[in-house]
Amino acid sequence: MLLSAAVRTNLRYRIFGILRRILILILVVWTVVSLVTLLIELVPGDPAVAVLGEQATPEQFAQFREKHGLDRPPFFFSFPQDDNGHRHFVWHGADNRYTDYWRALLHGDMGLSFRNDRPVSELILERYPATIELAVAAMLVAILIAIPLGVIAGTHRGTLIDNFASVIALLGISLPSFVIGPMLVYVFAVKLRLLAPSGRFDWSDIILPAFTLGAALSAILTRMVRSSVIEELGEDYVRTARAKGLSERTVVYKHVLKNGLIPVVTILGLQLGVLLAGAIITEKIFGWPGLGLLLVEDGIGKRDYRVVQGCVLVISMTYILANLLTDVVYRWLDPRIRVS
Amino acid sequence: MNRLTIIGVAIVVVLVVVALFAPWIAPYDVGATDLTIRYLPPSAAHWFGTDSTGRDIFSRVVFGARISLQVGLIVVLVSAVVGTILGAIAGYYGGWVDRFVSGYVFNVFLAFPGLLLAIAMVAFLGAGLNKLILALCIIGWVGYARLIRGQVLKVREYDFVQAARALGASDARILLVHILPNAIQPLIVQASLGMAGAVLSEASLSFLGLGVPPPAPSWGLMVAEGKEYMFFSPWVITIPGVALFTLVLAINLLGDGLRDLTAPENRT
Repeated sequence: MLLSAAVRTNLRYRIFGILRRILILILVVWTVVSLVTLLIELVPGDPAVAVLGEQATPEQFAQFREKHGLDRPPFFFSFPQDDNGHRHFVWHGADNRYTDYWRALLHGDMGLSFRNDRPVSELILERYPATIELAVAAMLVAILIAIPLGVIAGTHRGTLIDNFASVIALLGISLPSFVIGPMLVYVFAVKLRLLAPSGRFDWSDIILPAFTLGAALSAILTRMVRSSVIEELGEDYVRTARAKGLSERTVVYKHVLKNGLIPVVTILGLQLGVLLAGAIITEKIFGWPGLGLLLVEDGIGKRDYRVVQGCVLVISMTYILANLLTDVVYRWLDPRIRVS
Repeated sequence: MNRLTIIGVAIVVVLVVVALFAPWIAPYDVGATDLTIRYLPPSAAHWFGTDSTGRDIFSRVVFGARISLQVGLIVVLVSAVVGTILGAIAGYYGGWVDRFVSGYVFNVFLAFPGLLLAIAMVAFLGAGLNKLILALCIIGWVGYARLIRGQVLKVREYDFVQAARALGASDARILLVHILPNAIQPLIVQASLGMAGAVLSEASLSFLGLGVPPPAPSWGLMVAEGKEYMFFSPWVITIPGVALFTLVLAINLLGDGLRDLTAPENRT
């Protein structure tokens, strides 16, 4: 009876915990979308003038504002100035841009591009796979560099190899991608002529951008793997495994790495957002046709604020989703957290 | 203090001195253009060569240190102060204040990749040094707030805090005199690593054309301007890149050293 009460309490806590997390997630998503929706209000002056230029006729301005809903109030209420320069409160109700954006968004519509009238969702869908491809490739590069390097450094603590790995990691953290990228282009595309300097035409075109984007992550991961390996090597189960007569290789790769990788998985998930943001710079360097290039060149460069809104929203949502998945995987991997 | 930390401190000190005395160190006017001396390689007259408009790269790198350090210092100071105040209030008072700040505000700010939020803000506000600093402060304070909240939660349970409360000390006094001085140590490490991040973010945004507008000698902007000419005049992009790398590396070395000093268990 006592046990079932404890189980019931445990279950209640778990359900309450999950509900609380779902509620926070909904609140966060709502706030992120609202912030992105209202970002356009930050534009100094009139977005129509910023997009069309001051030479456009009043008719063109009016037509533009009407087409993109900019003639409507931005929010539920506003404080416009009257002729005497005094501000007063005006309630607009549900007839505003904020609700329009939300309503459209729930139907998968992110509005029309200010420049070419194409749906923003269509523009983003065209570019999204290239960015995900780059982020995943960068992550793979980081893992392939970090795990062997971190394991070797951790198992040879204090030796020359360990110091070498630490220096490589420090270089990776301190070298910005816009310095690494052009350097790689100079060596591999210009001098050695092995790879293309930019574009996305051949499978090999992803190598340089992926290395550029993955460099910083590989450095962070190397440090983490090293620390994890050192920590795990001191655990009792390692002594037991060694006492059983297992080879050092089996001890490290089968036992230590399995446990040591748990915190690394968390970092990987959290770093996906950093990769997505970092991809903006990498895509710019290599002319990689992803979301970052769409954001910087078509969005910010041409003042197409709808495209900027869409890109920021999609990147943030991908990040939130990645964090959620990481959290789920982490709980599944580490029974201590699952129970607590 | 290990050798690498000493090297880091030395480089940071040298760069701070260079930034402070930039007008006396730079041999040429940073904005002075001369199309007859474009792309000169490094020489005795122009130590780091000249760029696409004949400007002296050494002088621009020297003044660029000012921008990087100025942005780094202001962003770290403002973010640390704002983060400390909000984190301390959340940690000390707990209850709904803490639930709102740590459960909601932190999660909202962490839902955006930092650089993306800065890019979005500058994209809508327009480029400029002050707007860039504002954007970096807005993304920067959360890290400090989380750290201080955790520290305050721990320190507020110590006996000396309970004793101060029993003696009738006010909340402000307990927080400022008793808790914060004992909670602030990890902030120093966070601040040094945060400064490296701020310097890199400024350079990244300037590289994208969203930071310090030209002709200011930001290192990120110099790399962006020299990118097209790197095949013929690699020094135009390499030298500001190396300068940026050196500063960030030095700050990271300093941060690592401070971490080892403040937390001996991390010396692994």
